[in-house]
Amino acid sequence: MKKTLAVLLALVMLVSFAACGGKTADAPAQTSAAADVPTPENPVIRLSTTTSVNDSGLLPYLLPVFEQETGYKVEVQSAGTGAAIQKAEDGNADLILVHAKASEEEFIEKGFGVERIPFMYNYFVVVGPKDDPAGIKGSVDAATAFGKIRDTQNTFVSRGDESGTHKAELKIWGDNAPDAAADAWYVSAGQGMGTCLSMASEQQAYCLTDKATFLSMQAQLDLDILLEEGEDMKNTYSLIAVNPEKIDGLNTEGADALIDWMLGDEASALIAGYGVKEYGAALFCLLDK
Amino acid sequence: MDSIKQAFDLLFSLDKELFRILGVTLRMSFFSTSISCFLGLPLGALIGTRQFRGKSFLKKLIHTWMGLPPVVAGLLVYMLFTHYGPFGRLNLLFTVTAMVIAQCVLITPLVTGLTASFVETASRPIIETARGLGLSDARIVLLCLSEGRASLLSVVLNAFGRSIAEVGAVSIVGGNIQWKTRVMTTAIMLETNKGKFSFALALGIVLLILAFIVNAAASWMVKERSDG
Repeated sequence: MKKTLAVLLALVMLVSFAACGGKTADAPAQTSAAADVPTPENPVIRLSTTTSVNDSGLLPYLLPVFEQETGYKVEVQSAGTGAAIQKAEDGNADLILVHAKASEEEFIEKGFGVERIPFMYNYFVVVGPKDDPAGIKGSVDAATAFGKIRDTQNTFVSRGDESGTHKAELKIWGDNAPDAAADAWYVSAGQGMGTCLSMASEQQAYCLTDKATFLSMQAQLDLDILLEEGEDMKNTYSLIAVNPEKIDGLNTEGADALIDWMLGDEASALIAGYGVKEYGAALFCLLDK
Repeated sequence: MDSIKQAFDLLFSLDKELFRILGVTLRMSFFSTSISCFLGLPLGALIGTRQFRGKSFLKKLIHTWMGLPPVVAGLLVYMLFTHYGPFGRLNLLFTVTAMVIAQCVLITPLVTGLTASFVETASRPIIETARGLGLSDARIVLLCLSEGRASLLSVVLNAFGRSIAEVGAVSIVGGNIQWKTRVMTTAIMLETNKGKFSFALALGIVLLILAFIVNAAASWMVKERSDG
């Protein structure tokens, strides 16, 4: 038995190391690139961020450039803004990139963040069935559109996960927020943006989403953008370095380097050009500095 | 179907990232399975061979633990290894090691429980004979494990299956970090979240193929040994 097990385990081990061993060398091609790349003392930066900047492809597009230039390695964890901030408060991230002003200010008030640096924005969009049964097209802003959805009791899928998008949605509802327990048309999904969009498409429901995620999934969805660029739909993203006086063992140097780079001209040009080729319009705009 | 074709295209494209994910997956499952079996097989055999006070209560505890939701195991390990947690100094959160630990919390009880049940029912004659010969507990445990190896292989493969298919715990303690802690299941989850269902399904098929190869290899080896 022991011998069999040993042989079995050795085989599995061999396979697994062969599978990853060969790849470890060349997989993160960014880090092993050139000799003139500086090696920072602490090369790993832990970035806790939201799904809308990671899953939409923005960070996978930006960060390899940063890594190649500076020799840092950025480990990205993406979750809803609520979870992203919680991970930083637990001391498990060096900086955050999120989009929920109230939560960000609270994060700083509690002493966890150094400074909130808003640096880019885009607009939330209201998407829904192509024939727009609630007739929200042409509404002045999202609050008006939501009122129409409420009046016609059309199905609406909410993130329901305390993410930045969910908080923005609640702010738009204001005092008229539906009660998920009583209003059957209001679906509180508790899932990521992509899953919510798939659900909305299946149920031919309305949904508030960031434009980037919607455009990146549009081909698989039976939904259209029905309202965009309303005054109450602006979506601002901020960078916040975690406060080294509150939490020890941080890579503050790395976090600052990444923030400086993100605010620099090169990153600005990359961000402004992101999505132009694929979708015909930039997905993120830079805030005036 | 589209997904099946995509799965094979993926495998034969030798995509760097896919192989990295497969590598991390196998490494994690290998260590979770072997550590869980290393602890669970002898422990289960010991519980199965001996009679003692509180045995049925202990078995109930183990069986309850076998039903532990993976997310809870993940949270538990997250709380232990978070920066200000008791083991925060080890800096293990969001590493493959943390994923292995979380999986061992899940799988060791499974191995222990299944082994105890098997030994109790199938190895009774061996145990009685061995006791008659006056063998020590350690010898009896080894004897039971060795005699039941063909059946116990299914326990090991069960553990492997649970490890490779698990997503709740590894996504919490691993963080699904690209190139580092992303495994097949969390990659499938990510693609599902992105709405790329057919690609996610293709990854699922790749995972099944991988599991099949490991299972087939294990059964073949045990058969070889029994025949030879």
